[in-house]
Amino acid sequence: MNKKDLSLLVLILVVGAVVALINPRFLYVGNLSNTLNQVGMFGIFSIAEAFVIIIGGIELSVGSVIALLGVLFIDLIVNHDVNWMLAFAAIIASGLVIGLVHGALVTRMHIQPFVVTLCGLLIYRGAARYYTEDATAGFGFGASFPTLEWLTAGRTDLLGFPVPHSLVALIVVAAIAWVLLHRSVFGRYLYAVGKNEEAARYSGIRSERVMISAYVICGGLTAFAAILFAMYTRSISPAVHGSFYELYAIAAAVLGGCSLRGGEGSIVGVVLGTVLLQVLQNLVNLLGIPSSLNFAVMGAVILIGVLADQYLVQRRLRVSAAKGRTQTSLAAAPLEG
Amino acid sequence: MTEPFLELVDISKSYPGVVALDHVGLAVSPGEVIALIGENGAGKSTLMKVLGGVVEPSGGRIRVDGVERSALTVAEAIAAGIAFVHQELNLFDNLDVAGNVFIGREPVHGGPLRLIDRKALYAKTQPLLDRLGADFAPDAPLAGLSLAQRQLVEIMKALSLDARLVIMDEPTSSLTLSETDRLMRVIAALKAHGVSIIFITHRLNEVMQCADRAVVLRDGRMVGALTRAELSPAAMIRLMIGRDLKSLYVPPAAPPGEAVLDIVEAVTDTYPERAVSLSVRRGEILGLAGLVGSGRTELARAVFGVDPLRGGAIKLNGEAIRVTTPRAAIDHGIYLIPEDRKGCGLLLDVSIAENISLPDLSSYLRFFLVNTAQETKNARAQREQLKIRAPDVSTTVGSLSGGNQQKVVLAKWLSMRPKVLIFDEPTRGVDVGAKQEIYEMLRRLTDTGVAILMISSDMEEVIGVSDRIAVMHEGAISGFLDRSQFSEHNVLQLAVGHAV
Repeated sequence: MNKKDLSLLVLILVVGAVVALINPRFLYVGNLSNTLNQVGMFGIFSIAEAFVIIIGGIELSVGSVIALLGVLFIDLIVNHDVNWMLAFAAIIASGLVIGLVHGALVTRMHIQPFVVTLCGLLIYRGAARYYTEDATAGFGFGASFPTLEWLTAGRTDLLGFPVPHSLVALIVVAAIAWVLLHRSVFGRYLYAVGKNEEAARYSGIRSERVMISAYVICGGLTAFAAILFAMYTRSISPAVHGSFYELYAIAAAVLGGCSLRGGEGSIVGVVLGTVLLQVLQNLVNLLGIPSSLNFAVMGAVILIGVLADQYLVQRRLRVSAAKGRTQTSLAAAPLEG
Repeated sequence: MTEPFLELVDISKSYPGVVALDHVGLAVSPGEVIALIGENGAGKSTLMKVLGGVVEPSGGRIRVDGVERSALTVAEAIAAGIAFVHQELNLFDNLDVAGNVFIGREPVHGGPLRLIDRKALYAKTQPLLDRLGADFAPDAPLAGLSLAQRQLVEIMKALSLDARLVIMDEPTSSLTLSETDRLMRVIAALKAHGVSIIFITHRLNEVMQCADRAVVLRDGRMVGALTRAELSPAAMIRLMIGRDLKSLYVPPAAPPGEAVLDIVEAVTDTYPERAVSLSVRRGEILGLAGLVGSGRTELARAVFGVDPLRGGAIKLNGEAIRVTTPRAAIDHGIYLIPEDRKGCGLLLDVSIAENISLPDLSSYLRFFLVNTAQETKNARAQREQLKIRAPDVSTTVGSLSGGNQQKVVLAKWLSMRPKVLIFDEPTRGVDVGAKQEIYEMLRRLTDTGVAILMISSDMEEVIGVSDRIAVMHEGAISGFLDRSQFSEHNVLQLAVGHAV
C-alpha cells in the first residue's frame, strides 16, 4: 500500500467516524452490509475503468453497457428461457466483444478513446431503450432463479455479519487484478504503454495488443457488474439504469491515484476510492442531506481530496528536492548537471 | 576590443551539499563571441542562469554598465539586454513566425478589442528576417519550419528585444552541417552588429570556427580561458577533462568476419524512389554518416520494424527475415538505441531496473510473475558493468544525467546478447567522460562478435570510432570509406552527394 492509498484510507476512516458519531445507524449491521454490497458492485466496474485509464484511455460507456447488458440478461433468462449459466456466459462474451470493438477503434482506426466511448455511451443507451421499447425489464411473478440469485445478490453469514456476495466477487476480482497489474508481465506492459507508448513499442511491446486487451478486460468486467446490478435491482428501466456510473468509475479511479494521462494508479487505491464514494452516498442519506445534493457532496469531496493531495505532493517534492540535491550530488558528483 | 559592459565577479552558487559555481568571473565586451565549454555538470548552465536572472548566486557581484548588483532578476536581465536561446525552444507551434517573435507584445489597432495589427506585425518582423538572412516569410506557420529555422525565430525574438547579449545553450546539437554553417554566419552577423554571444557547446570545431575566446569550466570552477590564438581542440580538451584525450580509435581485436546484417535495396517511406544496400560485418562498427534528413534514422526505424519497409529485404546471417514490428526485430537479436532517448528509449519516471528489464520481461518469470529480485540483481550487474552513476537501480531514470540515461538504454539490450546493435546518435547530449565509456563499450561488444551500425552526425565520433563508414545522401548510400580514406573532407563530400 503506498502513501496515497494510505491517506485515502485515513480519509475514509475520518469520514466514517464523523458519520458514525452524528448518526450511529451508519454502523448498524444492515446499513454496513448494504453499503458493502454497493461497494462490491461499483468496485468491479471501477476496476474495469482503471485498466483503461492506466493505459492512458478512457471508457465512458460503462453505464450504458450496464443498462444494455442488464436488459439483455434478464430478457434471455426470463423471456427466452435460456439456461442462466449460458446467458451469463453470453453476456460476459458480449462485454468482451464491446471492449474489443472499442479497443480496435482506438488503436487501429486511431479515434480518440473519449470519442469512441462517448459514441458507445449514446448507442448502447439507445439500444437498451429501443430493445425494451422503453419499458421496464424485470422478473415476472413467480420467476425464480434461486441459485443465481443466491450467487449474485445473496449474503453469507460470517460471525453474525451478512457478507454480500458482490463484495466477495469484488475481493476476488481485485485480488486477480492486483496480481495482474502489480506483479505480472502484462501489468508492466500496461503501465509502460500508459507512461510512454512510443518507448514501450521500441522495447518490443506490442502496444496495440496491450491497449486492446485493456479495453477487453474492461468490457468483460463491466458485463459482470451488469449482471450483478440486474440481479440486485431485479427490474431495469433502461432510460436511467446505470446512468452516470462511468463517472463513479472515473471518480473512484482518480481518487485511487490513477492519472488520466495514464501510467499510474493502484488497485488498492481504486477499491478505496469506491469505498469512499459509497460512504459519501451513505452519508447523504444518513445525515438527512437532501438527496438532490448527492452529486454536489461527492463532487466537493473529490475536489477537496484532489486539492489536498496536490498540496501534499508539492510539499513532498520540495522537501525531497532539497534532500535529493545532496544525495545525488554525493552519489554522482562528477556528472550530475 | 572595447570595454566590457557586463561583468561577473567572483560568482559562487552552492546548493546543499554541492558547489555548482566556485568564484567564477567572466566579462563580456560588445561584439564578443564567447564559447563556454566543459563537461556536463561543470556549471555552464548554472552560470548562464545567473546571467539570465533565473538563479540567484550565493556570492559575488554582477556589474552591468558600471552598476553593481549582487543578483539580477529576470526583468533586470531583459532590461540589460540579455536574451536566451533555449536548447528546447520555447515557441508556439500554432502561431506564425511574426506571432512568435512578438508574442505578448503584438502591435494592436486602437479600440477596446485590441485587435492585432497584422500589417504592422509583419512589417516589424521582416527587417529582423533580413538581418539574419532567413529564408522564410514572416507569416510562415511555425509548424512548417525546421529546427534550425525555429532557432532563427528565437534569435529574432531576442533581437526584437534589443538584446546586447544572446546566450545559446547547445545551439547546434540538433542541426545539420549546413544549418550549423548558417548559424555560424548568423553569429558572425550578430557580432558585426555589436551583439555579444555566449554559446555553450560540446562541439569543439565550432569553437574553433567562431569563438573569440573559449572559457572552460570544470567542477564549478573556471579552469582557463583560451584566446583566439590559443584555441586548439587539444588545448580545450586538456582543460575540460584535465588530462589529454588520447585518440578515440581503438582497433578491433580481430579483423571483421562475415556479414551479419545485410540490408538489400531497402526502401522507406521518406524516399520511396531510393533504395539502400549495406552490410554490417561481425565484429565491426560501421559508421553511418550523412546530413540530418538523409534518411539514416528512417532506415534504422525500418530495419527495427518501427516503420514499414516499402521494398527490399533484410538478411540476418544470410537468411532473409521479415521484420514488421520491433518485437520481431528483437526476437532476431537486432536492437535499436533510438535517437530520441527521452521519447522513445526510456520510461523516464520508472526505475533503472524496470527500464532495463522491459524488453526481456519474459525471461524474468517465476510462476507467471515478474521476479523482481532477479530483475534487481541483473540491473545491478549492468550498472556495475556500464558504470551507471546512480545511487541505486531503484532510482528513476529521469533524474540521471544524459550520459547515464544513455547507458541505461544500452543496458536494456546488453543482457539480451545482441547480434546487431543499431545505435542512432550514441552520444548526443552525453558528456565527454561518459562518451569515452560508451565508445569503449561498443568496442568490447564488437570484440565479442556483435555487429554495430552507428548512425552519427558528430564528425569526431564517426571518424574516431568507426571501422568503416557508409555515407548517405538523400535516401541512398553515396559511398563507403575504409579507415585509410577517413577524413572530414571525404565524409562531407559524400554527405553532400559528391564522389570522393
